Amino acid sequence: MPKIPVQNTYTITEGQAPKLQDEKAQLMKIAIASGKGGTGKTTVAVNFALALEDVQLFDCDVEEPNCNLFLGFDLEPVEEVTCLVPEINPDWCTLCKNCASFCKYNALAALPNKILSFPSLCHGCGGCRHVCPAESIEEKPRPIGMIEKTSSKNSLTFFRGILDIGEVMATPVIRALQRHIDESRPVILDSPPGTACPALAVMGCADYCVLVTESTPFGFHDFLLALEATRALKVPAGVVLNRDGIGDSRVEDFCRAEGIPILLRIPDERMIARLYSEGIPFIKEMPEWKEKFKNILKTINTVTCKSKGV
Amino acid sequence: MRQLAIISGKGGCGKTTLTAAFSSLSENAVLADCDVDASDLPLILKPQVIKREDCLGLKLASIDPELCNGCGICLEMCRFGAVLENFTINPYSCEGCAVCTVACPENAVSLIPRVSGQVVSSITRFGPMAHAKLGTGEEASGKLVNMVRKKAEELADKYSCKLILIDGPPGTGCPVMAAITGTDLVLVLSEPTVSGLHDLKRAIKLTSHFRIPTVACINKYDINEKKSLEIEAFCKNSGIPLLALLPYADITTEAMMKEETVIEYSVHSGTSGAAEFANIVRNLWSEIETRLLETSQKEMYSKTLKAWEP
Repeated sequence: MPKIPVQNTYTITEGQAPKLQDEKAQLMKIAIASGKGGTGKTTVAVNFALALEDVQLFDCDVEEPNCNLFLGFDLEPVEEVTCLVPEINPDWCTLCKNCASFCKYNALAALPNKILSFPSLCHGCGGCRHVCPAESIEEKPRPIGMIEKTSSKNSLTFFRGILDIGEVMATPVIRALQRHIDESRPVILDSPPGTACPALAVMGCADYCVLVTESTPFGFHDFLLALEATRALKVPAGVVLNRDGIGDSRVEDFCRAEGIPILLRIPDERMIARLYSEGIPFIKEMPEWKEKFKNILKTINTVTCKSKGV
Repeated sequence: MRQLAIISGKGGCGKTTLTAAFSSLSENAVLADCDVDASDLPLILKPQVIKREDCLGLKLASIDPELCNGCGICLEMCRFGAVLENFTINPYSCEGCAVCTVACPENAVSLIPRVSGQVVSSITRFGPMAHAKLGTGEEASGKLVNMVRKKAEELADKYSCKLILIDGPPGTGCPVMAAITGTDLVLVLSEPTVSGLHDLKRAIKLTSHFRIPTVACINKYDINEKKSLEIEAFCKNSGIPLLALLPYADITTEAMMKEETVIEYSVHSGTSGAAEFANIVRNLWSEIETRLLETSQKEMYSKTLKAWEP
């Protein structure tokens, strides 16, 4: 695939901010993340996507995919996410137990007269089939989740993944979802909370991470964890301060000292909370915010250009 | 010994704030912070660490460059995309399945142990506590949650505590399941927002999947009373007792800023709002205690009955 020379899309003359009028030209994957849950990732992701209009929005919080509660799109199934689990042919099985002793997830157990399988523990690595000398193992897909997308023609392309209740493997659903990203257009990824494997799968595929936090002890602590994750992944990050006005200035002081840009402040306003509770993206009712959300992208581009030495 | 888990589906509903408040109301309880991704309970309870233990997660593949001849079989066989083009392993993708170790014709791949986190036992002003720190991007958070719970049980034995209070992680995936299995009661926290209701439904689906007695509570019920009514109706229809409606109150943030539980804070803050809030929490707690007692009595009866059976 031809690499798009990102730096050349900006024409800069001295003393001038980069020309960024054409937002479509910036091919960027932006993940909206946070260490702590409930800090406003979905709010930021949805409003940001609606402000930019012609973008893709991917809801990667497959355990609690909430973006569409605010978008209200009609969705159609795109793909069933499956995990390949072993099926043992008892006629061919020699009870050598290779498969059970190989499986690192305890998804196979060897009984004296039979091999028992526990599909819900299986990660689908295919190792059991590989080590079976009798070729008695076949792999069958087992559904673990679903990928859906907007059915109607919208300027906003929306995809989401859902992990079935009772299933444990969020990451394969996230990876399957990410395969639907159109690389030629900008995309916003709503990430799951935390800094474990699923969150890293989302942040790791992004060019930039927007960390949403609030300036409270919990918010700050979890923000630091998320920041540590972005640094481990070498993804640049900026901050959206949500419920600005509560707590103190600890996040701000830290960001100033570390040179982390604050991209946006969303005040602790009852109107915003109210709209959120109703499932209404607040830029719809408060259009003055549209420009502020658009500016996030401009700020991101300016800072990433600077760090690239453009 | 009884175990109570507090979960919410959605993050930021107030799980940790409520768990902390319960900790100052309960007598003789062990705390277990099972939100191992973003462990916030210690920020309020200021634990004194007794012991730290490493949690070994799934192992990590490692390719010996001396032995590797670049045949690419491992790259082809790995279903997690963890083998990179230059035949090194991406630790964030590797799930330790060991397929590469058996597939490699040169025996160049081995599994090396990796520390996925640390389990910590400590003492707080309200009693013993078990918590953990998950390494960034680690997969085994379900396993780490199990270890925290095991540690909590050990502490309960050691200090003869009758109750384990579990602060659960957000979501409905692996860590949440690990946090609720085998508990006697689950309290699901909700908030009157579209996401709050949606995630409550998913969380309740999960607890009924595991057949664990479940009760619910709405936090910040007054930010949208219509949604609160919807939640009430849902709880009624699904037979989930709704034990309390907590109002939106500044006391929660104020107490957090002071690193106190809302109960502690209400004692010296002197405002009527704080005292009122603390009273609602007290009532909620006594409701929960009654229910926990009921479950333990039931168990006692059934044990006695069994003992009488011929």
